[in-house]
Amino acid sequence: MEKFTLNINNEKVTIECTPDTPLLWALRDELGLTGAKYGCGKALCGSCTVHVDGTAMRSCSLPVSAINDKAITTIEGVGKEALHPVQKAWIAENVPQCGFCQSGQIMSAIALLDQNKNPTDADIDQAMSGNICRCGTYIRIRSAIKNAAKNNI
Amino acid sequence: MKSNLSHNKLFKVSRRDFVKIGALGSGGLLLGIPLACNKDKNAFLTGKPDAKFSPNVYMTLMGNGEVQLIAHRSEMGTGIRTTLPLVMADEMEADWTKVKIVQAIGDKKYGDQNTDGSYSVRMFYHPLRVAGATVKLMLLQAAAKEWQVDISECSAINHEIVHSSGKRLGYGYLAEKASEQPIPEESEITLKSTKDFKYITKKTAIYDLGDIVTGKAIYGLDVQIPNLKIAVVKRNPEAGAGLKSFNSDAALKIEGVTKIFKMEASGFPMGYDKPLGGIVVVANNTWTALKARDAVEVVWDKGINTAYDSNKFLLQMQQSVQKEGQVKRKQGNIDKALKDASKVIETDFLVPHLAHSPMETPCAVARYNSDGSCEIWAPVQSPQWVQQAVSAALGLEETKVTINVTLLGSAFGRKSKPDFVVEAALISKELNAPIKLLWTREDDIQHDFYHSNCAQHLKVGIGQDNKVNAWVHRTAFPSIGGTASAEAKGPSMDELCMGVLDMPFEIENISCESQDAKAQIRIGWLRSVHNINHAFAVGTIVDQVAAARQMDPIENILDLLGTDRKIDFYGMVEGFNNYNEKLEDFPCDTQRLRKVVELVKEKSEWGKSMPKGKGMGFAVHRSFLTYVACVVEVEVDDQNNIKIPMVHYAVDCGVPVNPDRIKAQFEGGAAFGTSLALKSEINVQNGAVMEDNFNNYLVARITDAPINTAVHFIENEEKPAGVGEPPVPPFIPALCNAIFKATGKRITRLPIKL
Ligand code: FES
Ligand code: FES
Repeated sequence: MEKFTLNINNEKVTIECTPDTPLLWALRDELGLTGAKYGCGKALCGSCTVHVDGTAMRSCSLPVSAINDKAITTIEGVGKEALHPVQKAWIAENVPQCGFCQSGQIMSAIALLDQNKNPTDADIDQAMSGNICRCGTYIRIRSAIKNAAKNNI
Repeated sequence: MKSNLSHNKLFKVSRRDFVKIGALGSGGLLLGIPLACNKDKNAFLTGKPDAKFSPNVYMTLMGNGEVQLIAHRSEMGTGIRTTLPLVMADEMEADWTKVKIVQAIGDKKYGDQNTDGSYSVRMFYHPLRVAGATVKLMLLQAAAKEWQVDISECSAINHEIVHSSGKRLGYGYLAEKASEQPIPEESEITLKSTKDFKYITKKTAIYDLGDIVTGKAIYGLDVQIPNLKIAVVKRNPEAGAGLKSFNSDAALKIEGVTKIFKMEASGFPMGYDKPLGGIVVVANNTWTALKARDAVEVVWDKGINTAYDSNKFLLQMQQSVQKEGQVKRKQGNIDKALKDASKVIETDFLVPHLAHSPMETPCAVARYNSDGSCEIWAPVQSPQWVQQAVSAALGLEETKVTINVTLLGSAFGRKSKPDFVVEAALISKELNAPIKLLWTREDDIQHDFYHSNCAQHLKVGIGQDNKVNAWVHRTAFPSIGGTASAEAKGPSMDELCMGVLDMPFEIENISCESQDAKAQIRIGWLRSVHNINHAFAVGTIVDQVAAARQMDPIENILDLLGTDRKIDFYGMVEGFNNYNEKLEDFPCDTQRLRKVVELVKEKSEWGKSMPKGKGMGFAVHRSFLTYVACVVEVEVDDQNNIKIPMVHYAVDCGVPVNPDRIKAQFEGGAAFGTSLALKSEINVQNGAVMEDNFNNYLVARITDAPINTAVHFIENEEKPAGVGEPPVPPFIPALCNAIFKATGKRITRLPIKL
């Protein structure tokens, strides 16, 4: 067991775990942040997506020892003060079905739009193809991203 | 499709069935509604007058105007937690923003809670409308009394009763007074007319939308209670088999490991509610549990299915359907018709095992208490079955077991089986501590209740007159019943009524047959069940038949449907099952089939010219009492990459109660169908499943799924029917037929490999 101080949603938190513990389990088990979901544990589904210094990363495959002082943002950090335009676009489209994959989808979408204000279909495909939705909400995900882009976030 | 627990009777709501529980402390009205089909209604109609909120009450109107409605079905993505309360709120003229939804625990007093088989709306639409209208009438009566006016001068508008003079009283104010009113007879109640609906047939956001997009929604694995340990189970690759020995020395040395012990294997038959068993590893946190599980050494025993090879089995089934099987529907003289035919189209169709792989893997939190009670929090489709199974496994009375239902991170039929919750309960008992059980994705894909693999042989005869005069459909697949019973040797009648025996074409000579096939792995119901296999085969062969008749595929289908009629399957098939409804109530009406075909033809601009490499395909299928026609547009490039730019659905599901969620089910159904058609396949060798995660059990991603899906409704006021499952069956053959158009390649085996 080791101590790690992480910068999560603009707060410094200290946790004790083994260095190889994936961030996902640190968030969920140690910090009670359950917005990031477990879907595969192998960086195959995107349910666990968070931002590390603004880049979308799969927290299930990121050991806490590799994070250092990088800024972590989870879905809980995104909607904290006011809804993010991407969350608003998600609401406007009534995107979720079961909702389980949607934290990850939203985190990937925000990271995409942060880097690319006006993504094409191909850009969306590329940024979002790591996020599985078994309910199949892909059509609405695509249009919510486009709408968020139009309302220029 | 459903467990043996399901009752499917609509029942009348009468005066006796309501109970008025009296005023709340704060002044309010509570109503119990008999959603129970059990005879002993008194069991649930007992309310405590002083209770602030008694969970055996379906509706509570508080003095402050808040309305609490119970959601007694499980929310797995269909929107049912929103839709059923909406129905009641509409008839009640409630302001939706003042409605709070409370999820029911598993309890018989709520009647059927088994959220499965696409029947929640079908079963509860009418009773909830009557209930809402009853509350409204009581509020109207209370206001009329207060004002000393005739009730005809009062109307209910958005959470208020308004008098013709303009004065108004809020529902909150009236709640207690309404509770003093007699419960009206059903004959006194008028339901709203369709044009006055405010929520029904209108778009409404799902109740949990805000929580979902902010990460606050609670699914099974998100439940936190004090002192939780995490449990995972190492399982025999051959489901159901036990173990010879294990060594946990190295695993126990890992810091944070609490306990490692053996859980008895299910044995054979494996059942739906027995744990598979294995080595249980409990630790302080998930990562430690997973590492320790890896460190446990096990020598597994062999079971009875060690030799099971799913591919060989599929080919054996294919052999078997070459010969005449057990004839379950027969008409005319099939042998003569085939002999007289000028053309005979014959094709075999093969479908592999499939896994549900719900986005959220099975999981459960269990707390076994020293007083001999047990509390569960879990994402389950059938909480009453879970309650029974857990109480049986723990040797507790059912009343000692509380099942709290969380949101389900999708399910598709997987979470209707209680097995994983029983595991959690047994582990908690063994530890005498609260635990959270995680099934990893590997556990999920390797130990699912798989969709039946299936081989079919279809033979269609075309006469000299170019009319179809002979129809032979033979199917072989392991029955779902085989999971729980060694007696189940092959397809049951109920299973054959999903796409074989309910064939709607007007053909003179028919033989529908089945061949036995034994379940050698856990088999379960997957979204739309055997309709997946049968609609694929039927929808494809009719496309071949159209070509042979030199007819347009849609003209061919309209011809095959024949005269408009309600088909009397009871007269044709002994033991016919119409999705547990009477044909009188939910007929198989070929006019409604024809209408969805015509609508999809028009909306999809069927027949428009398509460049090389592109094609349109069509199929129609009735399942779960809903009629669906589908046109898929496909684009295949020279690398054989398949794109689906457009899907059109025409749907007759009766009154579209929540059209946006129905649309969502069809959009999602097309994506689900894309997975099954293009991606997914479970292979079993030596009794063990070869796939284990999303790198080899492939599912549709945003790059694979249809880019657009349009849903066109038939407008009518028929009783609402299923919408969760019906989108899947016709999509797959429509896609296959489109690929044929685009490439000339006929698809007869899933998943599609070009
Ligand atoms: S859980 Fe991390 S990508 Fe699937
Ligand atoms: S909304 Fe259910 S998995 Fe995406």
